[in-house]
Amino acid sequence: MLQLEDLTISVNGKILVKDFNLHIEKGEVHVLFGPNGVGKSTIVYAILGFPGYKVVKGRIIFKGKDITEIPTYERVKMGIGVAFQHPPKIKGLRVADIVNICANRIGEEVDEDILKLVDELKIPKEFLQRDFNVGFSGGEIKKNEILQLMIQNPDFIILDEPDSGVDMENIGLIGEIVSRLLERNLMPSLRRKAGLLITHSGHILRFVKADRAHVLLNGRKACSGNPEEILRNIMERGYEECIKRCQIK
Amino acid sequence: MHKKMPNKVEKEDDNTLEGGKEKSISSLQDIPEQFKDKLTCIGFSFNEDERSGSYIQFNHSPIFSRARISGVEVLSIIEALERYEWLKDYWWKILPSNLDEYTRLANEKLTHGYFIRVKPKTRIILPIQACLFISKPKISQHVHNIIIAEEESELHIITGCATAPHVTSALHVGVSEFYIKRGAKVTFTMIHSWGKNTEVKPRTGVLVKDDSSFISNYVCLGPVGNLQMYPTAYCVGENAKVTFQSIILASENSVMDVGSRVYLKARNSRANIISRAVAKDYGEIYAKGHLIGENADVKGYLECRGIMLSDTAKIYAIPELEAKAKDVNLAHEAAVGKIAEEEILYLTARGLTPDEATTVLIGGFLRLNLEDLPQKLRFEVSRMMKTIIEKAF
Repeated sequence: MLQLEDLTISVNGKILVKDFNLHIEKGEVHVLFGPNGVGKSTIVYAILGFPGYKVVKGRIIFKGKDITEIPTYERVKMGIGVAFQHPPKIKGLRVADIVNICANRIGEEVDEDILKLVDELKIPKEFLQRDFNVGFSGGEIKKNEILQLMIQNPDFIILDEPDSGVDMENIGLIGEIVSRLLERNLMPSLRRKAGLLITHSGHILRFVKADRAHVLLNGRKACSGNPEEILRNIMERGYEECIKRCQIK
Repeated sequence: MHKKMPNKVEKEDDNTLEGGKEKSISSLQDIPEQFKDKLTCIGFSFNEDERSGSYIQFNHSPIFSRARISGVEVLSIIEALERYEWLKDYWWKILPSNLDEYTRLANEKLTHGYFIRVKPKTRIILPIQACLFISKPKISQHVHNIIIAEEESELHIITGCATAPHVTSALHVGVSEFYIKRGAKVTFTMIHSWGKNTEVKPRTGVLVKDDSSFISNYVCLGPVGNLQMYPTAYCVGENAKVTFQSIILASENSVMDVGSRVYLKARNSRANIISRAVAKDYGEIYAKGHLIGENADVKGYLECRGIMLSDTAKIYAIPELEAKAKDVNLAHEAAVGKIAEEEILYLTARGLTPDEATTVLIGGFLRLNLEDLPQKLRFEVSRMMKTIIEKAF
């Protein structure tokens, strides 16, 4: 569903990600590990086509189409959805307003269907009337992102650190919902969705099963393999040790 | 910056005064069809059942004034002055008639205006509407309005002032004096929509007594020639509370000089001044605010936020705090800039184009806080704001 081919990304003239390859098939979930600041989010922004994240080499192929040059909103309309690590606080726009944008609906109030999703996320309904992320706790911000994704229900889901700053109970809840969005409950041959899960702690993997993992170090893919095995290595040795052992310079 | 009134208007003064004679109507439904769209845009309802009372003036003629509920009066000011001898005690008592050339014009060449009074202990939840409309070009309208909320009363006013779509040049001078007596609550929501060369000079004074509150919401999002106003409230009673909110958009060649001022004269009086300004094209905005703390335990907050949408526009934010007593608490926040890039990006990641995202964000920025309005009016105004903002972009 998504292919990144030899992707080299520069920001303000500085190369942050180099020769990155990734191939995610329909029905698969991949994990991208890596310590803070190695360029994981840079890859997310490049997949989305945010201005400033320049693809200087390589291509992004989504559903068989080269999307490297098309604007963000068209990529989103093709079926890419993201839960951001640090979504903005927006004074003046309520959660309900953005929920309605995701639902492609005009109006002040939200649909009954959406209230059910809000319930499922165990967030109070009043939440919808609050200014977007203004004064929200870390967990509330993440749940808000998941709410937008549930409404968009995209074919390809990117989750950028959905577990950072969230307590275990809520990671469980988020994980359960994400698993369902990714159709992990279906037989692999029946799954129509795919996803990329970015995490440096790996907590979310207790609740979302992934097919393959990659480690990003200094803007390059250091290794790929079985998610559980790679996570175990990271947990036991830490990223420091990974970097030392890694042959990438 | 204070432009002179165009010479043309001065020269044609006599003509334009006479040119204002309009026929009265017996039902709001009889308002000429060609003006109804514009009037709807400024909050006017043609269904009398939706209002406690209505006043509408075309040019220089009050064409309709009626109160539907006992305890409230809605009259043309000239009729009220004839009927009530005591009204002279409220005439030019907050504002001096020689404040400037515009107040002098209203004093010397009065062309009506409205009188609204709610009796003591009468709480009117259904709003009263007032409309000052200029339907012909080059009209010079000088009105004087008196609003009296007697003790422990409640009153919600929605008022619209506009020029007809084909009218580009005109002068509107609107003097308003508000008397908010002990324990009364008044909300005043005013929507302006002018022709692009119109000169608009509201002059407003508000007297706020003990335990009473006055909430003003002002909206002007269409182009105007020159709009200049500095409504001033005087909290003369203990625990008096005043809020001024203004939402303005200066587009094309508009010059908008809009401020609000509150004198916190009595103990424990409170004021909030919130200003949201957007400037685009060649628009110029002077967003002002002035809080004067003159007594113990007064509290005032002033917020001035502006968004610039072009390099040829200008926003000049001038927040002023003036403390004249030891135990005052005055604060202000001011910020002018562009729309946050990350907010636009975020909305594009939710499927909007950058232009759509900008419109949505400006809509949010310009959203009025309407919590002080009765629910039905709140919904009505918030729906109307949406339409006005969509039209403005």
